Amino acid sequence: MYPTYLEENIHIVEDTRVRRLIQNIPRLLELDKIELLRKYHPDFIAASMRKLQVGVNKGDLTPVELADLLEGRSRLDPAKVDPSSPDYNVDVLVIGCGGAGASAALLAHEAGARVLITTKLRLGDANTVGAQAGTQAADRPEDSPVHHYLDTMGGGHFENDPELVEALVKDAPSAIKWLEKLGVNWDKAKDGSMHELSGGGTSKRRLHSARDYTGLEEMRVLRDEIKNKKINYLEFTSAVELILDDKGQIAGAILLNMETQELMIARAKAVIMATGGLGRLHIQDFPTTNHYGATADGLVLAYRAGAKLVFIDTMQYHPTGAVFPLPILGQLVTEKVRTLGAQLVNKAGEQFIMPLEPRDVVTSAIIRECRERGMGLNTPNGESGVWLDSPMIDIIRGEGTIARELPAMVRQYRRFNIDIAKEPILIYPTLHYQNGGIKIDTEGATNVPGLFAAGECSGGVHGRNRLIGNSTLELFVFGRRAGSAAARYATEVKRGSPTLEHVRRWQQELEKAGIADKRPVSPQLLPDYARRVKGYTSSIF
Amino acid sequence: MAEQARLIDIYIMGKHYQVPEGLTILTALEYSGYRMIRGCGCRAGFCGACATVYNFTNDPKLRYELACQKTVEPEMCLVQIPYFPAVKATYDLEKIKADGEKIKALYPDIVKCFGCNTCTKTCPQELEVMWYMTDALRGDVPAVADKSFDCIMCGLCAARCPQGLVPYNIGLLARRMYGRHLAPASKHVDTRIEEIASGKYDAELEEIKKAGEKELRRRYAERIIEPALEQTWE
Repeated sequence: MYPTYLEENIHIVEDTRVRRLIQNIPRLLELDKIELLRKYHPDFIAASMRKLQVGVNKGDLTPVELADLLEGRSRLDPAKVDPSSPDYNVDVLVIGCGGAGASAALLAHEAGARVLITTKLRLGDANTVGAQAGTQAADRPEDSPVHHYLDTMGGGHFENDPELVEALVKDAPSAIKWLEKLGVNWDKAKDGSMHELSGGGTSKRRLHSARDYTGLEEMRVLRDEIKNKKINYLEFTSAVELILDDKGQIAGAILLNMETQELMIARAKAVIMATGGLGRLHIQDFPTTNHYGATADGLVLAYRAGAKLVFIDTMQYHPTGAVFPLPILGQLVTEKVRTLGAQLVNKAGEQFIMPLEPRDVVTSAIIRECRERGMGLNTPNGESGVWLDSPMIDIIRGEGTIARELPAMVRQYRRFNIDIAKEPILIYPTLHYQNGGIKIDTEGATNVPGLFAAGECSGGVHGRNRLIGNSTLELFVFGRRAGSAAARYATEVKRGSPTLEHVRRWQQELEKAGIADKRPVSPQLLPDYARRVKGYTSSIF
Repeated sequence: MAEQARLIDIYIMGKHYQVPEGLTILTALEYSGYRMIRGCGCRAGFCGACATVYNFTNDPKLRYELACQKTVEPEMCLVQIPYFPAVKATYDLEKIKADGEKIKALYPDIVKCFGCNTCTKTCPQELEVMWYMTDALRGDVPAVADKSFDCIMCGLCAARCPQGLVPYNIGLLARRMYGRHLAPASKHVDTRIEEIASGKYDAELEEIKKAGEKELRRRYAERIIEPALEQTWE
């Protein structure tokens, strides 16, 4: 239920619906887009970034919150840990188990590798389950992988790695098919044709969905298959350092039992990093759509082991995060709401941006509307936002569309007595996705021999801005590629003797740069939201 | 967080705390000084990690919700639910086909359901769990798949079932059977996979990969945008 002053403003929104029904807002020209981004996108706030002082990407800019962790100190004293006496000994170790990690584990297992998955929450507790809108694949006769390629490059401002984008668009239809063979229920017509929708920045309808539970449907099937295949996994167990060997190859990881705080050694011939994103670092104090474990651990571990990172100066702020009611602040309002026809409307009931522009553009326009033009609305809690006029969907597509296509959104708002089929949704941008990450090739390999990466923790395929539906797609395309490649690599590699020498060298590098005592311990593992009235605590034991 | 908000009394595992109104059960635990390891996942109502039970000091009846979605109320008694082991049958999806009888074969205890409806009353997604369990007993795979579709697999139904049944795993089995064996085949997907494998798009992709940024920008600006509203809707 909205407070009275917001209810009154909703009448203005209602009054302009007939006019907006036939209103056609043109897409922005390239130059106008660049101008809008420069002025309002959070990535362009210079004070929010800092140059890295140590490591492979020394001199590169990245948000200060991430810089602190990338330059962080190890959780281990390498002198006290012996990496040569393993608790686990496998071919392929998968760190993280969202969509990318699960796909990689299944493919590595299929290729005959002994696989171990480690994840710091439960199997499948990842951003994948929160992905609602869909997965892109150019499989309709009217569409082509070439269109998908161009849309993706344009969305990423033409800086994407062309080879990765080619792999993404060519593998897309077979990724959809692979998931269906595993039992994913895609939305489709009785004749079998997929029910596909447009998204921000796509030129064709190409989003495959499972109601607005797409990522959840994909993840629960993959998780079930991991259990059917009896692949070993450790839950509530994080990786705190990689192990290299004396030849500079990957040799495993040091794991931490999050509950008993015991360290364990996992030897592996290949490691697949699939740790996801960093929303829980709350870059520039933004709320986030991300899950509890999204703290950039994979980036930190890989960077310390010498892996190159790319596009770490660009984050995705999803245009439509909830700003009201307070308990769901920053949570995702899926882009599918706009895909189905909802418009973005200011307090005068006017549209101010074509709702299906790429995300960075829409986000910038919303920030301009609220911060500069003063056309946003204030929430009782002091946030500001604009309306996402969801009732337009049923007006355009017929009554019942919202109930059928957006059950998760309906359910989320019904908990707070808001019927999104009757009333609009108040939104503001929220931290959603890390566009860049660990640099990979088309097989998911990094520059560190034996270290592979897939999913949100990798970078390059999205350039400077990811399109809707390309993130879930990326999980299955590069997760599967990395899984197969890692299994193959594991059969060929000649092992050296394991060492934590790189951790020792890292510490020396920090000291040389004069920052050894100025940075936090990393990886962070989990955010700390516990409030401590006096600011200090004591251990029991 | 608005510090000026009215404070309300809650009880966490019996211990009294005061928290500002407007918090969720999850953020109320954190406000009280708890740092979560278990019982916290997507924080957005999708993963089922924070499924919880609560009641009130003056009303012992148990209620069920997701801690990340439910707002705290005065006199609420909160607990953290320990881990619940649940039965999960392993199977080869290719071999079991869409045989509805296979549900009973893999989960034989399902016949013990005596229709108490606790599962339905427990479900934080408000699904008709008992009805789809009845459908599962009859081997009606499409009905189970449809009715269980919005399940987030939090496991509360299984935790509360007096007969130890696992509705959420049975729903998943039926959905996978449906998706693999009963959903109508998508010929256009198969066709496109064959086209890509046969190299139909290779030359065009090679060409566009080599195109300079200026040329790409030109083509991008000149894209023909398909209408978002499909003509064949319904």
